[in-house]
Amino acid sequence: MSKRIEVNDLNVYYGKFKAVEDVSMLIEPRSVTAFIGPSGCGKSTFIRTLNRMHEVIPGAYVEGQVLIDGDDLYGPGVDPVLVRRQVGMVFQRPNPFPTMSIRDNVLAGVKLNNRRISKSDADELVERSLRGANLWNEVKDRLERPGASISGGQQQRLCIARAIAVEPEVILMDEPCSALDPISTLAIEDLIEELKQDYTIVIVTHNMQQASRVSDRTAFFNIAGTGHPGKLIEYDDTRIIFSNPSVKATEDYVSGKFG
Amino acid sequence: MATTVSMPKTLTQGQLHPRTPWVVLGLSIAGAAGVVSLISMASGEEFSLVGTVALGVLAYLVMIVILSRQIEGSRKATDRLVTALVTGAFLIAMTPLVSLVSTVVILGSERFDAEFFTFSMRNIVGEGGGAVHAIVGTLLMTGTAAIISIPIGLFTAIYLVEYGRGPLARAITFFVDVMTGIPSIVAGLFAFSLFAIFFGPGVRMGFAGATALAVLMIPVVVRSCEEMLRVVPNELREASFALGVPKWLTILNVVLPTSAAGIATGIMLAIARVIGETAPLLIVAGFTASMNTNMFADRMQSLPVFVFTSYANQGVDTQAYLDRAWAGALTLILIVMALNLLARLIARFFAPKLGR
Repeated sequence: MSKRIEVNDLNVYYGKFKAVEDVSMLIEPRSVTAFIGPSGCGKSTFIRTLNRMHEVIPGAYVEGQVLIDGDDLYGPGVDPVLVRRQVGMVFQRPNPFPTMSIRDNVLAGVKLNNRRISKSDADELVERSLRGANLWNEVKDRLERPGASISGGQQQRLCIARAIAVEPEVILMDEPCSALDPISTLAIEDLIEELKQDYTIVIVTHNMQQASRVSDRTAFFNIAGTGHPGKLIEYDDTRIIFSNPSVKATEDYVSGKFG
Repeated sequence: MATTVSMPKTLTQGQLHPRTPWVVLGLSIAGAAGVVSLISMASGEEFSLVGTVALGVLAYLVMIVILSRQIEGSRKATDRLVTALVTGAFLIAMTPLVSLVSTVVILGSERFDAEFFTFSMRNIVGEGGGAVHAIVGTLLMTGTAAIISIPIGLFTAIYLVEYGRGPLARAITFFVDVMTGIPSIVAGLFAFSLFAIFFGPGVRMGFAGATALAVLMIPVVVRSCEEMLRVVPNELREASFALGVPKWLTILNVVLPTSAAGIATGIMLAIARVIGETAPLLIVAGFTASMNTNMFADRMQSLPVFVFTSYANQGVDTQAYLDRAWAGALTLILIVMALNLLARLIARFFAPKLGR
């Protein structure tokens, strides 16, 4: 259920502005890959190109290739909607749909597409997804309450449950813990560890301890200065990045000399 | 130097008793009443209530500021001055509204009876009669205008917010702004000349009136719906896209439900805005004493035009015509009020549920 992502010579633009330059990397299935780097270096921009969310912004476009198990996401005739059904995404701020109950939020991927689903299938999907997001025990008695009625950490896990309910191959997480307290962060990190069994996970984080705790491989992005594009500086096993990086800038960043 | 005033060490200072301002206000008004009545006696004119209040409030302003400055210091004195000015401005703004509503209720209740809501004016000269033909006409024409303008307005707003980029969107926004400002008489003349092309000059029909109202209503609907769609957070759209939901389904199932409360309120207010239009209906729908439920033939009466014609063409029993005009005005206000209440109910019903 998980796929390999291969990125070849990717340039990302906002209109005329080149935000990310010349990124190539290989992300293995059933692994956690962390993107670290200072603010504005293009981590979030880059992760959004992996499920074609980047082009939602007017004027934004991409040059290069992103292959998922050999299929080019940016090839001719590729439907971004179908891409996003395979590559799910969790955002920085928990964003459950405010008009829907907890149960409907989990079923959002089905219901928003106006697909019919039998009551028993829906119940099973809700329970499976919420269990998968470690949230079932906390909300099983109040599935009909509004999605915004639970705590921020629970809302974020609800968003993860919503993402895995559409059964994607890859889950992208854009700073999923930055709006959460340490206890909720721990719950999400444990969850990432479990999800790794089934999914390819890519996570953007500002928290280097988090990157070293949860990820197998780490990519360090940096930027030469304002107005310059962000670049991939180093991409290696997390252990190596944090203990013996080959580039000076990486070592400075992970040891806290800047950033 | 004046700037190096030593700060007092205590946290308490002199304070006026909570009732003092009221006593000062009472004394000011009483004093002003005395002065005004002296003047009126001397000049032989009638006692002026407005003059009393104005003079009393002025005296209050001066006295409370002096008093407060002496006891409480200049900061509190400024506070009392501004409080008095703001309250005064609010009361001045409220006066015409209260006066209008009370006048309409008092004069309108004279003929606010069962006959008013069951009879038309057919074959009625003088007393009796009613406005049922005008009420039906107003509801029919406004309803038709709403049916025409809500889809057009809502879809335009969706285009502007979700799809519109570049010169076309800018042009639409500009012309919507221009349309918001057209005088209603121009909308009436537009509808008249449009229908005159097809039905010849002198055409009068309810549907033409509805068209004129729709011209006035569309820009209001576009504006209010646009505002409401814009406040839907982009995060929700992105959350939906990330689940593999196409754009049109995202708009239909996420954006519209999230903004439904605001859209419903905006539409209701747009209806309330056009339901009282007189000039365009006078031109294209004309006026009549008879019931007409056919939108596509003959003149159709409406409440604002009913009020206008009752006043403009008073018959033999003048008072009967005036009473009917006021009752018509009261009915119109009640309909608008009911629409506003309905809008609030709808807004509450659709509002996103955030309760814990």
